[in-house]
Amino acid sequence: MMKFIYQSWWKIGAVVLIIYTIIAGFLIPVPALPILHETIRNVYFHVPMWMAMFVVFGISVVYSIKYLSTGKEEYDLVAIESVNTGVFFYVLGLLSGMLWARFTWGEFWSNDPKQNSAAIAFLLYCAYLVLRNSIDEEQKRARISAIYNIFAFPVMVVLLFILPRMTDSLHPGNGGNPAFGKYDMDNMMRAVFYPACIGWIFIAIWIATLRYRIRLIENKNLTSI
Amino acid sequence: MKKLGLLALTLFCGLGAFAQPVEMADKMRSSGQIYVVIATVAIVFAGLAVYLFAMDRRLKKLEKQD
Repeated sequence: MMKFIYQSWWKIGAVVLIIYTIIAGFLIPVPALPILHETIRNVYFHVPMWMAMFVVFGISVVYSIKYLSTGKEEYDLVAIESVNTGVFFYVLGLLSGMLWARFTWGEFWSNDPKQNSAAIAFLLYCAYLVLRNSIDEEQKRARISAIYNIFAFPVMVVLLFILPRMTDSLHPGNGGNPAFGKYDMDNMMRAVFYPACIGWIFIAIWIATLRYRIRLIENKNLTSI
Repeated sequence: MKKLGLLALTLFCGLGAFAQPVEMADKMRSSGQIYVVIATVAIVFAGLAVYLFAMDRRLKKLEKQD
């Protein structure tokens, strides 16, 4: 498993997939829909940010659990750097969503349930980072933040993917609105959308592994001083 | 030889553009010049990818030192 993060075949694969989606994403015809028009192509770039965030947050939960069961410090480092990367993609998803909303919903922020709960879930992960920085003792910090992280993940899922679906929301897939996948996205679009998701997920994993490897060296230097 | 051919080709294309000032539709300029946007975004992303690979390589060197 740990060998995987040093290999480059999957990194090259992710880059190739995304370059393909950049080219095909602009060129392949899309369904002509009112309001959306060409912005439907944002599906190839906005949604993968959230997919990538979701996967790296998920990885951090796995490593938080692994940390709690083994007490190995490296697992804690994987968890924190995965969250850091996830927060980065979170911001990209939120900003690109706001821009898209400006031109389809009318405002950058219209207090839509999806937007509001995305903001709350963002604060949830900010709280994780604050919590971490507020504890000096290393093992205590690792343990408490691992437990917090394990609970934060399902709350994030509920906030982002469940609650907005139960009320009226402008976001596709919510409040009785059909998701893009149901009516708007044809198979041509899927041929771009799925590779885009896979590509960006692996780019996020790559960034997380780079951060983790930097963290490992920093950690080693700290303990040797 | 190849380069000369390429040069001749580009010159020819340029001449073609002058000869028909209305139709300037080489590939990059068709469809509202969307190809220019694609190329720009692709360059930006390729640059970021190269940057990530460079960081990866630097890290590998550091890891070998330890």
